[in-house]
Amino acid sequence: MKKYISFFRLRLVTGLQYRTAALAGMATQFFWGFMEIMVFHAFYEADPAAYPMTMEATASYVWLQQALLAFFGAWMFEGEIFDIINNGNLAYELCRPIHIYDMWFARSIALRLSRAALRCIPILTVAAFLPKGYGLELPASAQAFFWFIVSLSLGLLVMISLNMLVYVASLFTISGDGLKILFCSVVEVLSGQIIPLPFFPEHVQRILELNPFASTGNVPFRIYSGNLSGQQMYRAILVQFIWLIVLNVVGRMIGARGERRAVVQGG
Amino acid sequence: MITMENVCKSYRIAKRNAGFTEACKALFHREYEEIHALRNVSFTINDGEMVGYIGPNGAGKSSTIKILSGILIPDSGYVTVDGRILWNSGTKVPLTKQERCSRIEHVSRIGVVFGQRSQLWWDVPVIDSFELLKDIYSISEPVYRENLEELTELLNLGELLRTPTRQLSLGQRMRCEIAASLLHSPKILFLDEPTIGLDAVSKLAVREFVKKRNQEHGTTVILTTHDMQDIEALASRIILIGKGQILMDGGLEDIKRGGESMDETLAELYRAYEI
Repeated sequence: MKKYISFFRLRLVTGLQYRTAALAGMATQFFWGFMEIMVFHAFYEADPAAYPMTMEATASYVWLQQALLAFFGAWMFEGEIFDIINNGNLAYELCRPIHIYDMWFARSIALRLSRAALRCIPILTVAAFLPKGYGLELPASAQAFFWFIVSLSLGLLVMISLNMLVYVASLFTISGDGLKILFCSVVEVLSGQIIPLPFFPEHVQRILELNPFASTGNVPFRIYSGNLSGQQMYRAILVQFIWLIVLNVVGRMIGARGERRAVVQGG
Repeated sequence: MITMENVCKSYRIAKRNAGFTEACKALFHREYEEIHALRNVSFTINDGEMVGYIGPNGAGKSSTIKILSGILIPDSGYVTVDGRILWNSGTKVPLTKQERCSRIEHVSRIGVVFGQRSQLWWDVPVIDSFELLKDIYSISEPVYRENLEELTELLNLGELLRTPTRQLSLGQRMRCEIAASLLHSPKILFLDEPTIGLDAVSKLAVREFVKKRNQEHGTTVILTTHDMQDIEALASRIILIGKGQILMDGGLEDIKRGGESMDETLAELYRAYEI
């Protein structure tokens, strides 16, 4: 366990070095956040009754999503993992007494945490001071906040487990590009990153809520604003937990096979 | 002790001619060629030996090293390293999981350097990579201190340790790479072209170091290289491989002829075997 923790620590420290990237990222995310909220406002003013979430909850959802983009952004892969599979440096990775699945998992957590750490505080602080309906509200209740944290952690782990599937699949395909593109487009729609899932038609929603992609950012952000609570919330967290286990079992299985199959490229 | 018995390995490689039309054709019909990287390779290497494993490009040297490191599966053959059975693919009685040594257990006891790759983390100072390797191999603090001190002195790492890997020159990096693969005091060291691209001073330092390591710690060294001076300085035994087959296994004296330089001798040898 210690080896994975030290690796995690090293990667985290490295990730925290990129200050300029963080500033640029924040600027983009403010812009996106404002734009999205304007669009949602336009819809809201057209017909508030047809609106599945309150405007306040929607604004909170958008800001949390922007602040924690590094947690759930589907495209946030560790490029180096694809590189070593492609150019054969995987040989070195395999020459160390480590499980590559666990190593890559630890690495992905560190990557996302370090990126989020640099970006989330300023965004959340500014969003909290914006006028009602445009900014970030306080959590619905202390209890909601507690479950938000639980669900957020589970969501992060589910997201990384999904990434892991792409990594281990590229052990077979050698190039991860195609898989990445496919993965990103599917995740962005089905996880509620483009529009929150409550905005989908009800029967579509019922199916979407059970898929692993909805178990990433969708659940914690809705718990925060009180859009998801009580029985429904417990159920959603349970689904997250089940997906976390299923995805990891499958990912490890594919990984173990791929590791044995991956012909190490180059000299 | 290292033994390889009748090890075979072949790769399937898609081939096509140059050009756009050919590339389009390859979309529908792909020609594969079976490349036999290793054909019935057998040898035994005793503890404390220093073996030069030589052969022309594409002879199967790296494939052998990868199989011995436990990361490449041979198609058939029986491989043991220090009593650990790595592979016995293609035999009638396959090994159970308990009998076969796991990759993790095996690699924690060997050291590997691939001359054309890097195992150090690119963006952090070398010493951070070393500290991480300490945890990865679960090296105890006193052993780590002792090894690090010795390696730093012998390979003249001093100031390099605090420099990020990406800012090291090739020779400097290679010295750090070699140190990195010896921190856990492995009994067996695989060096795959360790002196590639090094200047005279670094080459001498690396050779001197490998020699010392072998004499003082009894480390078994298997070295692949194209630099015949490496072989002359280090190897007491030479295994020559060509087209996937072992062609010769013997001492330096066996191939050396009076007056000729090592490179000429080797070229002569390659020609004689038509490889």
